[in-house]
Amino acid sequence: MIHSLFLINASGDIFLEKHWKSVVSRSVCDYFFEAQERASEAENVPPVIPTPHHYLLSVYRHKIFFVAVIQTEVPPLFVIEFLHRVVDTFQDYFGVCSEVMIKDNVVVVYEVLEEMLDNGFPLATESNILKELIKPPTILRTVVNTITGSTNVGDQLPTGQLSVVPWRRTGVKYTNNEAYFDVIEEIDAIIDKSGSTITAEIQGVIDACVKLTGMPDLTLSFMNPRLLDDVSFHPCVRFKRWESERILSFIPPDGNFRLLSYHVSAQNLVAIPVYVKHNISFRDGSSLGRFEITVGPKQTMGKTIEGVMVASQMPKGVLNMSLTPSQGTHIFDPVTKLLSWDVGKINPQKLPSLKGTMSLQAGASKPDENPTINLQFKIQQLAISGLKVNRLDMYGEKYKPFKGIKYMTKAGKFQVRT
Amino acid sequence: MTDSKYFTTTKKGEIFELKAELNSDKKEKKKEAVKKVIASMTVGKDVSALFPDVVNCMQTDNLELKKLVYLYLMNYAKSQPDMAIMAVNTFVKDCEDPNPLIRALAVRTMGCIRVDKITEYLCEPLRKCLKDEDPYVRKTAAVCVAKLHDINAQLVEDQGFLDTLKDLISDSNPMVVANAVAALSEIAESHPSSNLLDLNPQSINKLLTALNECTEWGQIFILDCLANYMPKDDREAQSICERVTPRLSHANSAVVLSAVKVLMKFMEMLSKDLDYYGTLLKKLAPPLVTLLSAEPELQYVALRNINLIVQKRPEILKHEMKVFFVKYNDPIYVKLEKLDIMIRLASQANIAQVLAELKEYATEVDVDFVRKAVRAIGRCAIKVEQSAERCVSTLLDLIQTKVNYVVQEAIVVIKDIFRKYPNKYESVIATLCENLDSLDEPEARAAMIWIVGEYAERIDNADELLESFLEGFHDESTQVQLQLLTAIVKLFLKKPTETQELVQQVLSLATQDSDNPDLRDRGYIYWRLLSTDPVAAKEVVLAEKPLISEETDLIEPTLLDELICYIGTLASVYHKPPSAFVEGSRGVVHKSLPPRTGSSESAESPDTAPSGVQAPEQPAVIPTQGDLLGDLLNLDLGPPVSGPPMATSSVQMGAVDLLGGGLDSLMGDESEGLRSDVGGSPAMGGGGSGGGSFAAPSTAAPANLAAPLGSGLGDLFDLTGGVGTLPGSYVAPKTVWLPAMKAKGLEISGTFSRQVGSISMDLVLTNKALQVMSDFAIQFNRNSFGLAPAAPLQVHAPLAPNQSVEISLPLNTVGSVMKMDPLNNLQVAVKNNIDVFYFSTLYPLHILFVEDGKMERQMFLATWKDIPNENEAQFQIKDCSLNADAISSKLQGSNIFTIAKRNVEGQDMLYQSLKLTNGIWVLAELRIQPSNPSFMLSLKCRAPEVAPYVFQAYETVLKN
Repeated sequence: MIHSLFLINASGDIFLEKHWKSVVSRSVCDYFFEAQERASEAENVPPVIPTPHHYLLSVYRHKIFFVAVIQTEVPPLFVIEFLHRVVDTFQDYFGVCSEVMIKDNVVVVYEVLEEMLDNGFPLATESNILKELIKPPTILRTVVNTITGSTNVGDQLPTGQLSVVPWRRTGVKYTNNEAYFDVIEEIDAIIDKSGSTITAEIQGVIDACVKLTGMPDLTLSFMNPRLLDDVSFHPCVRFKRWESERILSFIPPDGNFRLLSYHVSAQNLVAIPVYVKHNISFRDGSSLGRFEITVGPKQTMGKTIEGVMVASQMPKGVLNMSLTPSQGTHIFDPVTKLLSWDVGKINPQKLPSLKGTMSLQAGASKPDENPTINLQFKIQQLAISGLKVNRLDMYGEKYKPFKGIKYMTKAGKFQVRT
Repeated sequence: MTDSKYFTTTKKGEIFELKAELNSDKKEKKKEAVKKVIASMTVGKDVSALFPDVVNCMQTDNLELKKLVYLYLMNYAKSQPDMAIMAVNTFVKDCEDPNPLIRALAVRTMGCIRVDKITEYLCEPLRKCLKDEDPYVRKTAAVCVAKLHDINAQLVEDQGFLDTLKDLISDSNPMVVANAVAALSEIAESHPSSNLLDLNPQSINKLLTALNECTEWGQIFILDCLANYMPKDDREAQSICERVTPRLSHANSAVVLSAVKVLMKFMEMLSKDLDYYGTLLKKLAPPLVTLLSAEPELQYVALRNINLIVQKRPEILKHEMKVFFVKYNDPIYVKLEKLDIMIRLASQANIAQVLAELKEYATEVDVDFVRKAVRAIGRCAIKVEQSAERCVSTLLDLIQTKVNYVVQEAIVVIKDIFRKYPNKYESVIATLCENLDSLDEPEARAAMIWIVGEYAERIDNADELLESFLEGFHDESTQVQLQLLTAIVKLFLKKPTETQELVQQVLSLATQDSDNPDLRDRGYIYWRLLSTDPVAAKEVVLAEKPLISEETDLIEPTLLDELICYIGTLASVYHKPPSAFVEGSRGVVHKSLPPRTGSSESAESPDTAPSGVQAPEQPAVIPTQGDLLGDLLNLDLGPPVSGPPMATSSVQMGAVDLLGGGLDSLMGDESEGLRSDVGGSPAMGGGGSGGGSFAAPSTAAPANLAAPLGSGLGDLFDLTGGVGTLPGSYVAPKTVWLPAMKAKGLEISGTFSRQVGSISMDLVLTNKALQVMSDFAIQFNRNSFGLAPAAPLQVHAPLAPNQSVEISLPLNTVGSVMKMDPLNNLQVAVKNNIDVFYFSTLYPLHILFVEDGKMERQMFLATWKDIPNENEAQFQIKDCSLNADAISSKLQGSNIFTIAKRNVEGQDMLYQSLKLTNGIWVLAELRIQPSNPSFMLSLKCRAPEVAPYVFQAYETVLKN
């Protein structure tokens, strides 16, 4: 199972180590540093690195490498999923997951890690439970603790851990009972030069924020559940009920959680809400190139496209760009060759465009590669797959909760080739 | 008010200051001090000097302080074992605490203190906690058993904790079940032989129930454990699959992949006609696709596994090509894996799309990725014949871009396309020649030179082109030099008149000015070939080449089957069986897919014994890149050739590749004599591609000739040496193979023997049960040398209680072959009216030494030189007081033949040969010093894997 964990910052310092079995010397990280050196960018460090006696599995999040050390055959996904859980927990506890934050709260971090694994076996990874065991630091609590001499550690048995609903703590009480659900869809797409779709798929999630007293039992039904044929559920969802009735029935965890994630890949169901018209050309022998991009709405079901950002990695040969946008602001970084254009809202009457020239190295031949355009956008009040929640009911408790549902569509990895 | 204040140091000496604070009588100050200590510990500072002071803080009712001290103890107890004892009392007391949280914490912490003295005290509290009323304590205690086992395995066994742990599998709380399974799995890993996780339908049912209720991590442990179970028939397999399928919708990708493993494995048992089989196939695709939208690290592991799944069952993902299309900001390791899978999924239906994508990738920025994309286009051409033309034109387009590395890669793959589709696309040669000057990588240069040589007759200025390369001959890499040499010889054979000078130049460059033995030898061979018989030279050098195979990078089927059993593990990421890389591989048991059963009936007969018999419809495939041993072993797959070996040898010599053929004619008149001698032995041409045409000679025919001679000699030596050898090889005394306890009262002991060419297994069956046994049958699993019973097991009368029967079971070596580890491992299934039993035994290799294993002297010398030195293995035979002659005679009895004896500087050197039933020759040199009872044995063999076992055979024969 998981032997040790090292946290390494961008400059290659090990700033935290935790061992769940015998101590593994930190020199094992030298193999990781070697791999890191070989990789051009931090993101390209391979996630599994073999060393003579150990295996190093790592994830890179928030500019920190989380490197787990294992010694025997352990499912790598198990380790990586666990590392993700560590990152999520830190974020949950401290608001942000950064080196400074971790160093500031090093004892809490250490206590939390100790509770998450025992001898390498996961012990308590649900943040609900962890927070019962070790209270997250708040300014108020720190002050109170110093005055009264009380501690961060709860001395109650984490009751949730033993009940049939291990994800929910008992004795939850709220004065305002509310349940909010966000349906968020991300479109991943590759559009080719001519504007036709090569691949397009939707990654959808339903995130919930449930603050309800007692042990509520919820059911959520959809107008068009047939859309959901590839789903992953939170453990609280009763799978049998879904299989037979296509209804989500569950006792929710307390607080924020992801109820389900789904995947829509059938091409005809994926509408592409924007288009990009582009004309990027280099002429042989000339040190100038032409650059022109226009963004416009396509299938938006009448909703406005907001938060549009265009980014493109220009070829190495491009020295500088002189461009004029019809709206928004743009930056070209001549060192990284990254062009980014913050467009904002798209007004269908007046399409935003960015035009101008690129200056190339004098005498250099025209670049081999064509820049790919990366697009970001948001559409409020729309789930692009057409998914709609029909109703939400609560059983098991008597009060009337406040219910809310929100839809949003975003660009995921949305790429236009030129 | 943050913890970073703990890191600030003062000049006075940190440790000193902390010590003072730890001993303060103010609680608050103490706690702060312990926090500082912990903070220093987390960043790797050594604060072990504070051990006694920290331990003093342990006796407290403040839970946080207690936990902090525990953290410290776990880290430093090892370095201060005597001090750690001080803590024991508190631990034992805490294990009795009314609060289950404290009880669990105490037992958990005690397990983490890796000090022997403490573990002794741990046993009693642990026993109590394993039976605690609170499931939280029980589940913590379960893990503690695994910890303790890691520290002191013997103690755990003696205290009976393993049995208690096994009982916990039937616990009412799913979390306890999951942790018990996890702990047992970890313990089982270091104890492969123990049947810790002996699963039966009842325990499986328990696990499946717990699977639905435990945490995600517990589900992973349970699924991995289920994957090791072997359902008794297809109905059971289906019912397990049905209950595992919902796990495919889990949010945790590790759960999903473990579920996929169980399904992929048990699917093997389902009939393909079943409706359920189709349903299952459909259900597997979406979760795999979903894994690809996860974080890149998860994607990487998923892709490596999908790579295996696609090879095993391409039908699952054949419609999902698009999800493998590369996004430009994927990390490089994801890009490369996606590309690999795209090629595997490429088919006539989607090739247009794939090609368009690949062409797009070829203009990306990342050089490694671009190269691989260009190669991928070539692989598409070779894989999908209809697309070849399209691929070639795409490659030509890419060459036109003049991007240096793209052009070079394109030329390398075009060479492969020429090999696959000869005389079809040669029109592009002109374009290729234009780029000659820009090639600076050896592989591309070699490819281009090969093309020029191969199509010399169509390239007008081929001689000029090759000559231009020749100028810098010595600066080229070996690869290019060899290729250039061959190309110029080809050119000469095609256009002899104009190129005489050129060929002489290259031959002298290769033979006289080079110190590379490969190059020199090839040069000499061509030279002799050209000077003695140009016609033969033409036949050899310009011979028609075999077409290259479709996909050279497919994983060999038996390995693939094994890897499927390891889906989701590191083995699946590396595409290597765990035995190849896991430390202390003794702990690794080979896994294999279950056989497909048509009906439940056949599952009861030993034919489908769950010992890794491959599904019958799987073709027996000779591995393409297998090692030599694999090749040789596989030869036995075909029926043995019954004709005289001479008949095959002439054909076989002709089929040998270029070098083999060259040698053949170089040897000239001698070869005739050699051939008749060599027979079908692979010693001569085994290294060449022609090796595949060898058929193992039947052991029976020559054996009859040699046997009388052999035994006659034996007799002769018998008289002179005065050592009592039996006619026939040494037979070890019988040992118990299957104890009665494990086989419901049936005890089997036995040994192996070889007499006058026939192998037999001498068995004693003893009935130690109270009921009569009858209906005996025996079956062997596939093994390294194809050993199989030559006749059914015949027990004439039913075996009454307390009765024994001796049986000699004749064996032959025409059974199916599978490389075992160790090589001489034999897995046997014995059936009687009660049940089927399995055992495995090791057979001494000398039962496989055939009677015609005496090599001709000259042949011996040539072969000895021919086998590379790295194949030589040396062993020491200790404490053997025989003299050289006695040794010879003794060994001869077991078909190890002495060919020559020399006396060098007072030492006796014996040169010996032996041959295995599958035609592998082993040559030996035995050095005997008269005064020294230890002999040196050097073994040379084309299959070095057998050497240790041959050595064992030597030892057994000589010492008995």
